[in-house]
Amino acid sequence: METMQLPPQWSTFARQVDWAFYFIYYLSVFLFVVIIGAAMYFVYQYRRKPGVKAEPTGHATVLEITWTVSPLAILAFLFHIGFRGYIDMSVAPADAMEIRVRAKKWSWDFEYPNGGHSNILHVPVNRPVRLVMSSEDVIHSLYIPAFRVKKDTVPGFYSTLWFEATQTGETDLFCTEYCGAAVGTTEISPGDPNVGREGNRRHVGHFSMITKVRIQTMAEYNTFLESILRPPTDPATGREATPEKWGEILYRSQQCNTCHSTDGSAMTGPTWRGLFGRQRQFTDGSSANADANYIRQAIIAPNAKVVQGFNGVMPSFAGTLRDNQIDALIAYIRTLR
Amino acid sequence: MATEVAGAHGHDEPDHLAPYLSQEAGRGVKGWLLTLDHKRIGLMYLISTLLAFFMGGVFALLVRLELFAPGRTIMSAEYYNRAFTLHGAIMVFLFIIPSVPGALGNFVLPIMLGTKDVAFPRLNLLSFYIYVIGATFSLYSIVTGSVDTGWTFYTPYSTTSQTSVVSMVLGVFILGFSSILTGLNFIVTVHKLRAPGLHWKRLPLFIWGTYATSIIQVLATPVLAITLLLLAAERTMGVGIFDPALGGDPILFQHFFWFYSHPAVYIMIVPGMAVASELFATFTRRAIFGYFAVAMSSLGLALVGFLVWGHHMFTSGQSEWATMLFSALTMLVAIPSGVKVFNWTATLYKGSIELTTPMLYALSFLVLFTIGGLTGLFCAVLNTDIHLHDTYFIVAHFHYVMMGGTVMAFVGGILYWWPKMTGKLYDEGLAKISWLFVFVGFNTTFLIQFVMGSKGMPRRYYDYLPQFEIYHKVSTVGSWLLLIGFSICAWVLIKSLRSGPKSPPNPWGSAGYEWQGTESPPVMQNFRETPTITRGPYDYHLCTDEELFDGFPEDLKK
Repeated sequence: METMQLPPQWSTFARQVDWAFYFIYYLSVFLFVVIIGAAMYFVYQYRRKPGVKAEPTGHATVLEITWTVSPLAILAFLFHIGFRGYIDMSVAPADAMEIRVRAKKWSWDFEYPNGGHSNILHVPVNRPVRLVMSSEDVIHSLYIPAFRVKKDTVPGFYSTLWFEATQTGETDLFCTEYCGAAVGTTEISPGDPNVGREGNRRHVGHFSMITKVRIQTMAEYNTFLESILRPPTDPATGREATPEKWGEILYRSQQCNTCHSTDGSAMTGPTWRGLFGRQRQFTDGSSANADANYIRQAIIAPNAKVVQGFNGVMPSFAGTLRDNQIDALIAYIRTLR
Repeated sequence: MATEVAGAHGHDEPDHLAPYLSQEAGRGVKGWLLTLDHKRIGLMYLISTLLAFFMGGVFALLVRLELFAPGRTIMSAEYYNRAFTLHGAIMVFLFIIPSVPGALGNFVLPIMLGTKDVAFPRLNLLSFYIYVIGATFSLYSIVTGSVDTGWTFYTPYSTTSQTSVVSMVLGVFILGFSSILTGLNFIVTVHKLRAPGLHWKRLPLFIWGTYATSIIQVLATPVLAITLLLLAAERTMGVGIFDPALGGDPILFQHFFWFYSHPAVYIMIVPGMAVASELFATFTRRAIFGYFAVAMSSLGLALVGFLVWGHHMFTSGQSEWATMLFSALTMLVAIPSGVKVFNWTATLYKGSIELTTPMLYALSFLVLFTIGGLTGLFCAVLNTDIHLHDTYFIVAHFHYVMMGGTVMAFVGGILYWWPKMTGKLYDEGLAKISWLFVFVGFNTTFLIQFVMGSKGMPRRYYDYLPQFEIYHKVSTVGSWLLLIGFSICAWVLIKSLRSGPKSPPNPWGSAGYEWQGTESPPVMQNFRETPTITRGPYDYHLCTDEELFDGFPEDLKK
């Protein structure tokens, strides 16, 4: 439903916000017509006429007290409406699905529970979704008019926002905290929602930090989640990365590189160089050949067997890495001879 | 007579009984630049603030022109960001804050109080020059890379922006001292220099409003100064106050900034209300209904204005408790604002209303401020504000208050006191035409921005989605009507200066002290002898309409 003044009502908040909006709207129209109507009538009725003096201003204490005090009741009611709505917006249901939002000049990055990313926000319909947001540079603000929600993303600080979409479809998402602009024009990537409006170069800045929210059925949403786990694009070839290349990308993006070297040196964990196929000695005295099954086990349950000379400090990646990502890591390790 | 006295005083001594604009009152350029006379200083403020209004207006027109069509229209995004920043910064710091107090207040306040000058004439001149120095810093910033932070200077954007932020911030820092000194001067003047018989209950409402404004200026402006210094320290020396990378808190900046800048909203609007009260009284020939309530509501706004800064930050991530508290306190603003609107409307009832151009501006003030106030409710109620915050709804709301309110009152006040300031009359017919363009142009520009904003158009956007194009087009056309209106208004004033007929001392038939007791233009020391006040400023019932123009019978008897 779209009314004249407001965007379509696509979240559970929208009806409540719109009710408040229209209540204030009609109250304001009523007060405006009464006050200004009276003023205009007086201006006409008491226009200056020769020989007619203005009546001396008297006192009407009761009237004055009335219009000083009685608005308090309306104001208290207005506060109450806004307060109730705000409480609902502030407290996310415990079962809300979390999506991590990272804002930076001038794009949005959405990270889903399975570790996949997208630049368009995908959410399932009729499921509470909680956004956990931060910024990499200056303050931005995430605004979805159709949901009636908005929250700043502040560097060095997590802010949260939740909503429950009530309808499938696509709607706009804006940045509403001014965050500057790039110097000159910039080439736009083919995935940019603004492509085609002004050719392939355009000005980029606060005003272009716009994307879409795609609200999908649960099945569509799950398909989407699967799809974002396909190999990313290899910057060198421009095509889908090979498993080996994807493994190399994951080595960095999953921060394996903070504990595992690829040059043979031992860090917090054993090096990956020459690892594949080597015999491993464990702290419990057993040993095994480092084949694909061993590496998979070492990623999912890393502390079941700890290699001699190291401490078992690695967290499990079960649930974080999908099967095809683990395959890619194994393929990458095989290349490190 | 003036020449006789001038001869007696020699050439360098100003003649205190010569009209203040004459050579005898102060010679040449020096007589103006080094004058201690509040009227001359007021006129210098008037010229400077009008220049600032012109500059800010040009930037506004450029911003609107850029938004006429989607995509690039006349400038690149970087320059658009500079244009809207300069529009805001110039209008707020160089125009609207000093406008009514600096220009009209300086001119009118001492005359209304029945005194020769403000309490500290040298401080008054100093505050003007501090204003000039601050403005020079701002201009320096504009020509050396300008600023693109928005007038709010939010960190960490402002600490990382490549533009000339420090010089602009120092400019605003310096301008603050001008504001503080003017406020201090007025407070002392109101307390110490009232004419005999002018007790507090006889103070014109313009004085009450200016007095309330002065209190805010003195108390709030230092906080801005501290905030801007901290910002400059972080930018130039890497002191971590606001930048999280240095251990600071960006939200802290917003608290500091709005702790000044919300009260500053009342520094801007209360003087507008003060002018409007005078206009309503004069052109209804009637005392303002509920004088005491109107006077106290100015002080009420000054007080409440200090308690509501957090309502600019409902989506900032400040605590939910703070947000709720600020929403509740913000509701209180409606009470004194409502009292004023109700009282002005009641003043019209059974008045003798003359629709001169100043009165048309006063009525515009009433209409537009009422819209600005009522749309404030949408912003104070929490869940609607979450939707409307940082959209064009907010832009429209504060333009209805600042421009529909203060600017209308300021223009009305300039025209109203013009014969007193210059001794000349202006062309009423042409002035009414200009008013019509301004009023229609203003509403064309801004009314539609409420719709655009509630539909979700964010502010400070260089470009916009296709669904918003029609609203932007209408708004831009409105800005052209405003240009025509203000151009005609400027022509009316220039024409009056060049060839306006000489004004009688009291062309409006006002009972106000400044019209009754002085010549137009006033002599250097305002009054030929210290006046004794025996009646209120709105006692129209004490004489006939004819007597008004020559003076109250009881005053003439003395």
